[in-house]
Amino acid sequence: MKNLIYILLFFLPTSIFGQQIAKSEQGSFLLKNGTLVTVTNGTKKADLLIKDGTIAQIGDALTASADTEIIDCTDKFIYPGFIDSGCNLGLSEVGSVSLTQDYNELGSFTPHMQALTAVNPNAVAIPVTRVNGITSVFTKPSGGRFPGTGSLISLHGYTPEQMHTGFSAVIMNYPSTGKRGRWDRRSADDIKKDNEKAAKEMKDIWAKALLYAKIDSAGKASNKSKEGYNPGMDAIVNVVNGEAPIMIEVNKATDIKSAIKWAKENKLKAIITGAADGWRVTKELKESGFPVITGPVLATPSRQSDSYDSPYSNASKMHKAGIKVAIRTNDTENVRNLPYQAGFAATYGLGTEEALRSVTINPAEIFGMSDKYGSLEEGKMASLFVSDGDPFETKTQIIQLFINGWNIPIESRHTLLYDEFLERSPGLKTN
Amino acid sequence: MKYIKIVALILLPFVITAQTEKGDVLIKNGTVITITDGVKENTDVLISNGKIKSIGESLSAGEGVKTIDASGHFVMPGIIDAHSHIALDAINEASNPVTAEVWEGDALNPFDVGIYRALAGGVTISHAMHGSANAIGGQCQTIKHRWGITDQYDLIMDGAPRTIKFALGENPMRVHGEGRGIMPRTRMGIEQVFRKAFSEGKAYMEKWDKHDSKAINAVAPEYDIRLETLADILKGDILIHCHSYRADEILMLMNVLGDFGVKKICFQHVNEGFKVAPELAAFGATASVFADWWAYKFEVYYSTAYNAAILTKNGVVTSINSDSGELIRHLYHEAGKSQKYGNLSDNDALKLITLNPAIQLGIDDKVGSLEVGKDGDIAIFKNHPLSIYTVPQYTIVDGVVRFDINEDPADVRMDIDPEETVPAFFEQEAHDHDTDGCMHGVFEQLFENH
Repeated sequence: MKNLIYILLFFLPTSIFGQQIAKSEQGSFLLKNGTLVTVTNGTKKADLLIKDGTIAQIGDALTASADTEIIDCTDKFIYPGFIDSGCNLGLSEVGSVSLTQDYNELGSFTPHMQALTAVNPNAVAIPVTRVNGITSVFTKPSGGRFPGTGSLISLHGYTPEQMHTGFSAVIMNYPSTGKRGRWDRRSADDIKKDNEKAAKEMKDIWAKALLYAKIDSAGKASNKSKEGYNPGMDAIVNVVNGEAPIMIEVNKATDIKSAIKWAKENKLKAIITGAADGWRVTKELKESGFPVITGPVLATPSRQSDSYDSPYSNASKMHKAGIKVAIRTNDTENVRNLPYQAGFAATYGLGTEEALRSVTINPAEIFGMSDKYGSLEEGKMASLFVSDGDPFETKTQIIQLFINGWNIPIESRHTLLYDEFLERSPGLKTN
Repeated sequence: MKYIKIVALILLPFVITAQTEKGDVLIKNGTVITITDGVKENTDVLISNGKIKSIGESLSAGEGVKTIDASGHFVMPGIIDAHSHIALDAINEASNPVTAEVWEGDALNPFDVGIYRALAGGVTISHAMHGSANAIGGQCQTIKHRWGITDQYDLIMDGAPRTIKFALGENPMRVHGEGRGIMPRTRMGIEQVFRKAFSEGKAYMEKWDKHDSKAINAVAPEYDIRLETLADILKGDILIHCHSYRADEILMLMNVLGDFGVKKICFQHVNEGFKVAPELAAFGATASVFADWWAYKFEVYYSTAYNAAILTKNGVVTSINSDSGELIRHLYHEAGKSQKYGNLSDNDALKLITLNPAIQLGIDDKVGSLEVGKDGDIAIFKNHPLSIYTVPQYTIVDGVVRFDINEDPADVRMDIDPEETVPAFFEQEAHDHDTDGCMHGVFEQLFENH
């Protein structure tokens, strides 16, 4: 009878209110007897205690206070939450409805546009994403030369401040000499002209930025207050000084080489993103020392002449050349497929272990957040999940999910619609 | 590059004489996933003159027949994509809400590298579809991926029934109502476009039925290929594949078809099919869905990745399609998502990309399962095809190996632009989910040329 009440209580939130995702719970949780895939300290059978939002303890036969909820993880696997290192999640609700899209402000130089300002904590796609084991994402503006500043957010919280992990970075789209897509009808000459124009625009912006940074530091040295209103320049002054990171989106081999050269000349703390042609310029990327965020892995080859599997094997080829690689989806509503994007990279040369690093510890390190995220270690934030198998395998189910210590229900619009419609009532008969 | 041209020149006479070539292959010791008769370990499959001759143990073939050692590999029917736009030079004749007369068979492009990329994902057949700009779009063509042939008509699958594209919802509303200021601007208008077209087709059919060509002074009714095509739909000679998303519009079309006595329909995309699964099953309609695409437009906002599982469990014949030159490369993985979202069995998941799309295209007597007498269309995988770690090894069409991972040149292009010194690099289209592939070409036509 008592059990029955518990079962009823369990179903209460969905059956009475319908179409509502249950609330997350905070507290202490002891995950017993699971196989911990720590990423940084191997794979082992152990208990894991979650307390005050962090991984408080990892060890054998842990005991806990009476208020700790014990979760049996026998035959289950525990992984650090996955990190998508580049996407538009939360910045777009419906792809074709422009008024629901907040990632692409007008203007070419808008580095002061903050993804964090527009990210919708209640975007329907957020629960859809996290129930697949993705606990944080770098969500970013796009379009233009300097589209704005992206932020690493946890996929739980009701305000952007609650979601922000602390890391943000300015985005830059390096001028491309490639076609915009299959339907780009510009001639080779037109593309060249457009590229020259873009390069000049970038050069002009940068000359101003250098000057601004000089004036800014001179002003600071002499304690003079700032003149004028230059929010764009203020947003990149630390990038120009080499103090803050900049993400340079660049994909074509010759453009990557040119971007590396430019970033080196300007002594920037660069992160190369995209890098579709990365496998062609591994030497230059390796020598640059810049980390790479690549993806989507599930993409068509960039050239008609490229091998069908070049996007699948790109991450592997860069990793084997000694480059630190993180994998992103660059998606919005299907960021949930990050495990499969990494899985394809694993299958086509990267291997399961390294593919796992590319969506956990590598992005955490690239973002300077590895003291908090990216592996199962005592003291790190409890952003992790429990699965019934290898999370890259398509059929694997995520059973438990924790984000910063919050126990998140495995529910989303997609699961709620399944619950409602698998056996629709009424069925064929009329009411 | 030079090498390719030389090879192409050497192969040219061979290719020309080898139209819809049929081959012989013996596949040894594979784990054979038949779809209709279970999974058979250590089993051979013999293809003779393009057809499956036998499935069993220790089979032998004649002298010189190509033998593939499939030990430790999985042998399954070639994957079938019921919704694709690869190998096409034109997708949307967006000039009228009804364009039943046009045919994708006239726009086939055998040089599209997309064909080879699909083969490299185990896909042997695709349904080359007209786009979704019009309520009644053009006729589509089921093609076999005979990569290497140069005559466009050699892509056509012999004996595949005629099919036609219909479209409901936002796309025809946007193109015609918003873009051109003519009906349909609403889902009400779309219903009336169908009723008007079918009524005209019916009147045309009756006129011709009444016409007695032997009668003295008989004057034949005026021939009209659009009306003729509509009449063929009403007669059941053309299978309807209808782009659709919302539950209400799906019910609407079933009502219209019921009124005109049309029985066969496959709803394409059909993101809200799960809401009306009992009605679809009762009508006998089938569904061809995305594994997990949603939210790229408003009419797919209330979607669930469990769609395929809900439809299947409600008795609707369901397939998973690509509608994309990217997704078509890993339909085996897309099918696997029906296990993540709804726990379908291995066989039910694989049916989504083999037998079920074959049924929807009316070709299940020829392909879709490994049975003696069916076409020798086969995909061979390392690791189980539903595993993320699977890798397609060989793809065979009519007994001819069209993809072999061991003989896979980096550059497979057959047509090369002589003015192109370096192959063009394409930036990824960042938001290619904004619209489905069905709308390719429409906006160029609407907003660039007008």
